Amino acid sequence: MNKPIRTMSIFCMALFLALLLNATYLQYLQAGELNSRDDNKRVRDAEFSRERGAILVDGKSVAVSKPVKDRFEYLRTYPQGKRYAHLTGYYSYTYGRNAVELTQNEILSGSDPRLFVNRVVDLFGNSQPAGGDVSLTINPKAQKAAYDGLHALGEHVTGAVVALDPGTGAIQAMVSTPSYNPNVLASHNFSKVQKAWERLTSDPDQPMLNRAIQEIYPPGSTFKLVTAAAALSSGQYEPDSTVPGGTSLDLPQTTTDLVNENGSDCGGNRITLTQALEVSCNVSFGYLGMQLGADTLREQAQKFGFGEKYLDDLNGQVASQFPEDPDEPQTAFSAIGQFDVAATPLQMALVTAGIANGGTVMKPYLVDEVRSPDLETLEKASPEALTTNAVSSSVARDLTQMMVEVVDNGTGTTAQIPGMKVAGKTGTAQSAPERPPYAWFVSFAPADDPQVAVAVLVEDAGVERDAISGSGLAAPIAKRVMQAVINR
Amino acid sequence: MSQHSSAVTGPGSGPTSGFVHRRRRGAELFLLLLALAVGIGAYAAVGLGVKGTVPADIVGYGGWLAVLALGCHVVVRFLAPYADPVLLPVVTALNGLGLAVIHRIDLANLEESSDANTFARDQLVWMTVGVLLFVAVLAVLRDHRRLQAFTYTSGLAALVLLILPLLPVLGTEINGARIWINVGPFSFQPGEVAKVCLVIFFAGYLVLHRDALALAGRRFAGIDFPRGRDLGPVLAMWLVSLGVLVFQRDLGSSLLFFGLFLVMLFVATERPGWLVVGAGLFVAGSYVGYLIFGHVQSRVDSWLHPFPADAGSYQIVQGMFGMAWGGLVGRGLGLGDPTLIPFSYSDFIVAAIGEELGLTGVMAVLVMYGLIVERGLRTALVCRDGFGKLMATGLAVTFALQVFVVVGGVTKLIPLTGLTTPFLSYGGSSLVANWAIIALLLRISDQARRPLPELTDSAGPTDDDATQVVMRR
Repeated sequence: MNKPIRTMSIFCMALFLALLLNATYLQYLQAGELNSRDDNKRVRDAEFSRERGAILVDGKSVAVSKPVKDRFEYLRTYPQGKRYAHLTGYYSYTYGRNAVELTQNEILSGSDPRLFVNRVVDLFGNSQPAGGDVSLTINPKAQKAAYDGLHALGEHVTGAVVALDPGTGAIQAMVSTPSYNPNVLASHNFSKVQKAWERLTSDPDQPMLNRAIQEIYPPGSTFKLVTAAAALSSGQYEPDSTVPGGTSLDLPQTTTDLVNENGSDCGGNRITLTQALEVSCNVSFGYLGMQLGADTLREQAQKFGFGEKYLDDLNGQVASQFPEDPDEPQTAFSAIGQFDVAATPLQMALVTAGIANGGTVMKPYLVDEVRSPDLETLEKASPEALTTNAVSSSVARDLTQMMVEVVDNGTGTTAQIPGMKVAGKTGTAQSAPERPPYAWFVSFAPADDPQVAVAVLVEDAGVERDAISGSGLAAPIAKRVMQAVINR
Repeated sequence: MSQHSSAVTGPGSGPTSGFVHRRRRGAELFLLLLALAVGIGAYAAVGLGVKGTVPADIVGYGGWLAVLALGCHVVVRFLAPYADPVLLPVVTALNGLGLAVIHRIDLANLEESSDANTFARDQLVWMTVGVLLFVAVLAVLRDHRRLQAFTYTSGLAALVLLILPLLPVLGTEINGARIWINVGPFSFQPGEVAKVCLVIFFAGYLVLHRDALALAGRRFAGIDFPRGRDLGPVLAMWLVSLGVLVFQRDLGSSLLFFGLFLVMLFVATERPGWLVVGAGLFVAGSYVGYLIFGHVQSRVDSWLHPFPADAGSYQIVQGMFGMAWGGLVGRGLGLGDPTLIPFSYSDFIVAAIGEELGLTGVMAVLVMYGLIVERGLRTALVCRDGFGKLMATGLAVTFALQVFVVVGGVTKLIPLTGLTTPFLSYGGSSLVANWAIIALLLRISDQARRPLPELTDSAGPTDDDATQVVMRR
């Protein structure tokens, strides 16, 4: 029987060899892939107990890892939690990461390939690997002005503010209210974290939603800038071309007429385009929309960034939209930012910034600089254009002049800044009969040398219906944000 | 053997060859001290890793391990002086390592909640019971060939043991498999003991019927195939294995029993044809099992597509994460997160070892198992009687198959089936049964390596002494 016993011993050896080879594959060759999986809790634990890099605004931390005496060793802390919540995001053991904590995770956690040398040095120095810092483009004064401005309207106000540097696309302020406290989610007391998470996610006001980029709203009259841009670009209209005014526009194929806000008159049956923008005349722009056609309007909107997701530094951006195939009356409503036109506040800020920048729309960005733990710069943001010729520079100049008239003499007087020309446009968008209209204001300043473009949306401030207007609610906030940037 | 050589050679030279095994008890003692260093060192390392200090009870714990191991050594010295010197140290090292890892997982569970179940203390008690059984087997069974008289008793016992968990009051279903029985406060896995009984039964049966099974048959495609009527026992065993699969939902044992039988049949008859027939039956059984049984399908599915982890593949995915996290040298005892792996103290203990001791630790464990199998098969080779050869082969192959099935399952080489990892996993039945298996292997190897009685001294230079060797039966 010895021969088959020898055969069996070879067979058993083969079994063990297979086990040894497979263990080698699993623990050596496949280990890297397994260790980089998101659902691997060990990796998360290790990352969670590492000294994570800081998120900086103007040299000050808005997110920082502080040493604590528990099993994770570091606690993620947000010194100005609510004010920056939608930018920093949260870093939670149970619920993962969000916003910059998510998009810049590789740098912050120290796993970025550019930090490889640091990791090797840490390994030999026997110190824990640390993450690199991320510096944001935010102007803290503008951020404060935007946050305080929205909060001044009331405790439960919902809305958003976005401010951009028109020349670069750098985001100077981005606020969404209501906000939340990311410190609660970063806590190491997991049952409290869970309760907070459940409370935040079930809150009807959706405090974790970044209304500046993650929700689209009818832009109302602020969209008339796009319609005006299309009209001027078509070559058929000048700022002083006359267009129909009056109180109502007869729409084809339907018995309803397009009327002005509160049924008012635009100041004559024939008015100039400048006048029409100044008083935000629905009749004139509805007429222009039907004259230009939906395709022209859509193309113009797309040149400003509609239909695109262009913000890389924050997650969850939704694209703004212009309706696919509207009929004539729907086109008229679309031209005044109603019907199915919907935009994020960031998108409306981008339209404004594009006009301010002579027609070139700069791609917005939030991360200014990325640094190694030794404060060595790894990457510095370089501004790039999203669209080089959204409008020609002469059309941009005309539009700027028309927007200055809006603030000087029209609906936007509440945004005036003494000693400086401000260009702006109000908007009051109806959504559904049962809910209050949205108050919008977009502007940039100084009009002759733009340094800041702002979009303000007040979704619901809990005020009387007839007290809601872009000029009343939104424009004062825009004004304070612009002042914060300019008087630095 | 030749009459001539047995007549003229002096003491210490065997009749079949000039080579005589030495006792090597000193080597065993030395290896045993190394094994104790592994077990006690691992226990100390767990304390250092988890709490930063060597555990306060290291002297008591280490002393108890040493008493058990050295006690075994003394018993072997007296009762089986020629037994293989490597098996006992390897088993001691594995058991000590298992205890340390189970203790480490206990500590992690206690950290999470102070009233968590702990297993290491029980396991130490079971190890003590196992060692006592080990001593009892060596003391009572002075010659393994006596077991041949219990061939059919063993077969019957195995059947009863396999049926016990299916009985209404006695049997309990734990985690989907009905392989446990409750005896008073204890639960017990009869399958572990049935394994030993089956080896004895197969060895006894095959040694009697090997000629009929080996010689009759017809040749087809260069391989000798057995006669139809000789297929009876193979088919019976195949049905028993399928029964285990169907009624107990125990994929691992089913695989183990059938594989064990096939190997022993092949060794007894020296005919590869049986392997071909058996492999065919295995493939057919597996395929039909896959088609019919949901639990087989879900095991195969979690093997082929473990990601994303769902209810079926969560455990294997966590095990893989743990082993990957351990990498080449491991996180260090006490410094990983083995509690993330469900059942890391029992079926998945290899994953816990992979996490904290790394690929190095896993390879060391596998090589130790390989050593047990190799020493077992070596015992079978040098054994002088057919029954002993078959039994040693069966016991060694049981080890090899069991380790392959469970470690292969944990490391995703093959679909996961529930079996304990011998000597490492928590579990009284398995530990006690495996100590008994080692005692049987030592008994056989003692017989095999022992020099033949010096016939010239007892009977004088006569002509018919060669037949006296046979009389020992």
